[in-house]
Amino acid sequence: MSLTALKNEAIASPVAAKTRSAEIVRLAPARPAVRSNRFAGYAHRAAVVVVPPFIVLVALLGLWELLCSGPGATLPPPSTIWQDSYDLIVSPFFENGSQDIGLGWRVLVSLQRVAIGFGLAAVAGILLGVIVGQSVWAMRGLDPIFQVLRTVPPLAWLPIALAAFRDSNPSAIFVIFITAIWPVIINTAVGVRNIPQDYRNVAQVLRLNPLEFFAKIMLPSAAPYIFTGLRIGVGLSWLAIVAAEMLTGGVGIGFFIWDAWNSSRLSDIIVALVYIGVVGFVLDRLVAGIGAFVTRGTAA
Amino acid sequence: MTAYLKLDHIDKSFARGGAVTEVLKEVSLDIAKGEYISIIGHSGCGKSTLLNIVAGLTQASTGGVILEGREVNAPGPDRAVVFQNHSLLPWLSVYDNVRLAVDKVFAGVKSRAERHDWTLHNLDLVQMGHARSRRPSEISGGMKQRVGIARALAMEPKVLLLDEPFGALDALTRAHLQDSVMQIHAALGNTVIMITHDVDEAVLLSDRIVMMTNGPSARIGEVLEVRLPRPRRRLELVTDPSYLACREAVLKFLYERHRFVEAA
Ligand SMILES: Nc1ncnc2c1ncn2[C@@H]1O[C@H](COP(=O)(O)OP(=O)(O)OP(=O)(O)O)[C@@H](O)[C@H]1O
Ligand SMILES: [Mg+2]
Repeated sequence: MSLTALKNEAIASPVAAKTRSAEIVRLAPARPAVRSNRFAGYAHRAAVVVVPPFIVLVALLGLWELLCSGPGATLPPPSTIWQDSYDLIVSPFFENGSQDIGLGWRVLVSLQRVAIGFGLAAVAGILLGVIVGQSVWAMRGLDPIFQVLRTVPPLAWLPIALAAFRDSNPSAIFVIFITAIWPVIINTAVGVRNIPQDYRNVAQVLRLNPLEFFAKIMLPSAAPYIFTGLRIGVGLSWLAIVAAEMLTGGVGIGFFIWDAWNSSRLSDIIVALVYIGVVGFVLDRLVAGIGAFVTRGTAA
Repeated sequence: MTAYLKLDHIDKSFARGGAVTEVLKEVSLDIAKGEYISIIGHSGCGKSTLLNIVAGLTQASTGGVILEGREVNAPGPDRAVVFQNHSLLPWLSVYDNVRLAVDKVFAGVKSRAERHDWTLHNLDLVQMGHARSRRPSEISGGMKQRVGIARALAMEPKVLLLDEPFGALDALTRAHLQDSVMQIHAALGNTVIMITHDVDEAVLLSDRIVMMTNGPSARIGEVLEVRLPRPRRRLELVTDPSYLACREAVLKFLYERHRFVEAA
């Protein structure tokens, strides 16, 4: 991508040179020329980002159509999906009764669970990570346990959660929590351990108290690591919620897939998969974007 | 009369695994108020270790540091450090880096507006007022070092500790900053301990030059008094006989009597 951008610059530079020489004669018209030039640059970059995946997508859909149109095909081709699940695809927020609602509503329900579970995991994970990163003894005691627990698959926690909470909604949230917390803890701990000695020295000379140290040195310094952990965590949360909802029921997107499977609506399932993929992608980008915004300048 | 700042029989050894390295041995020095001291010695002899002990960031194995008659063994804003690599916090602007120190040191003493003015005053002192809203990553090495000095000065420290403050800078910037530090020292009368590798810098700035022997077990080899009148101007000094004599004495110490032994 950067290569094409460079090429683009090289192509654009003679034009820029021309407008610059025009500037000497008449200053005013030179500006719009530069702006339209820049606009062309943006358009070009957008095209570079959008066009290749679009072409690949069309090709894949065509291939799929081809493979699944035969008489013995087990999965529906895109054209059938379009007909079968037309209302699900075009209107995400319709409401025709308690179980017949748009996928947008279901995604929102799932997202709400993720927000609670992931929010709790973020807070608890950062605090635990700080403790593990700051104290050698906490690390020696806790780190091996964390390393073992983090390999437990999310759904293996579900029966225990159901037994403990005796209700499906808190259990699903707990599964999110327990899935997302490990990468947050581990990355925060690494970030805290990597705070440069220089910053600690500055804090000591200024006699910052632990709270000030936490807020003014530790969090900003470890922020890139923390956001790496949060980003992994939010991805895992989204993986886990779909699986958990398949088992716990309710109105989430995960249960919708299970329900569709039980009533053999394969087209609906495929539409739901697309929703899940897109939402997961947006979540990832959201956390990455917040991270990039918060940690700007920290890397220097 | 007792000294303002007293380094009292400081020994320092580091234990790693079973091996114990003795870095400093019997370092004693009395420093008067307002004095400018340079410490010079070959790389690895323990200069930074000594400065960190004065700062309280490292504990001496035996002996200690006495400031105004009281022992100090923990870091504090009364002994501000300008670190070798500036140590500005990259997520804060130039202004906020200094303001952090000002807010902490003058929390109950100065009002908000006064703290703001004091921050700007110290940035102006090192001619960095114009770049106050920039991040450390957006300014040059010399500018970062200036901000580091402003942050230290803003704490109104009793002792200013400089660890090779101009080490990473080009000759021109270095000369510029040396002049700034001389002016500030003349105006504020701080007590300063500065580590340097540069003989000219040591002679130009110091009242006394402390020359350390090679480690391990580095000691103070010699203390040279620089009796040049202030204000000093580098161009006039170039041909000044007493300046040249001081310079020669330090060079002789470093390169004749305590030649750096490779991998000793
Ligand atoms: N934390 C430590 N643990 C073990 N040894 C150390 C430690 N800190 C410093 N040393 C050793 O002490 C000696 C002196 O180090 P110091 O950093 O004080 O040297 P220096 O004179 O400042 O050198 P330079 O001029 O290169 O900065 C070195 O040999 C170093 O290996
Ligand atoms: Mg050093």
